[in-house]
Amino acid sequence: MALDQSFVGRSYPPTDPYEVGREKIREFAEAVGDANPAYTDPDAAKALGHADVIAPPTFVFAITFKAAGQVIADPQLGLDYSRVVHGDQKFAYTRPVRAGDRLTVTSTIEAIKSLAGNDILDIRGDVHDEAGEHVVTAWTKLVARGAEEA
Amino acid sequence: MTVSTAAKIAYDDVEVGTELPAQTFNVTRATLVQYAGASGDFNPIHWNEKFAKEVGLPDVIAHGMFTMAEAIRVVTDWVGDPGAVVEYGVRFTKPVVVPNDDKGAVIEVSGKVAAKLDDNRVRVDLTATSGGQKVLGMSRAVVQLA
Repeated sequence: MALDQSFVGRSYPPTDPYEVGREKIREFAEAVGDANPAYTDPDAAKALGHADVIAPPTFVFAITFKAAGQVIADPQLGLDYSRVVHGDQKFAYTRPVRAGDRLTVTSTIEAIKSLAGNDILDIRGDVHDEAGEHVVTAWTKLVARGAEEA
Repeated sequence: MTVSTAAKIAYDDVEVGTELPAQTFNVTRATLVQYAGASGDFNPIHWNEKFAKEVGLPDVIAHGMFTMAEAIRVVTDWVGDPGAVVEYGVRFTKPVVVPNDDKGAVIEVSGKVAAKLDDNRVRVDLTATSGGQKVLGMSRAVVQLA
């Protein structure tokens, strides 16, 4: 069943702050096998002009996708998550995420399309720090494959 | 707007067509379990073969976000400062299938400068393949150079 177009433009309340920890960044960098010292060594990060260790570019997805859960689980929208695959992902950074950040995410439904029986949902997550400054915006395209006829 | 960056590559030293050093990344089932824990994405298609096959996949597949994280390393290793990445986007075109053996799968990533933009920025286009299949499409990063 096609998703309700009236949800386009809907924003969800900002999430509670997510506090970015040095050790969580280290854990993520190790999991992707990335030895760049900017992720683990505060002095190396400072030498590059950063206030503390920074996170790899895709780290913030864990935070924005959790926030997008508000949209995905919205019973009024009625998305069948068991049929969802990740189509596209994009980030635009004002600055890198760094240890000590307290980040909130505001999720907005940017577009809903129906194509060849699939529902396509574009969710934008705007990420701000504690001072209210923009850090990064994440765009996530989810594709809910059409249910097969019984 | 020029973002302050400690990029070790100078804008004037690159041209359209400049190739970034290519890299290959190995991914095994153990890699996926570790990534699941670090990212919080515990979708069973990334670790449970029985579940993956039940939903029509050939086998366990890597997290798309894992592949996205690997591909940008070609850029961040080239430029030195990961904070120089100002935009990064991909399309997930094919899954990276990860067999249950000690070899796993290999993701091959190459990149080249596709456009020189204003404010010392360049657009880098990335190509990522696994098992001869293109696994990312429209894979592009905008990078702030020195």
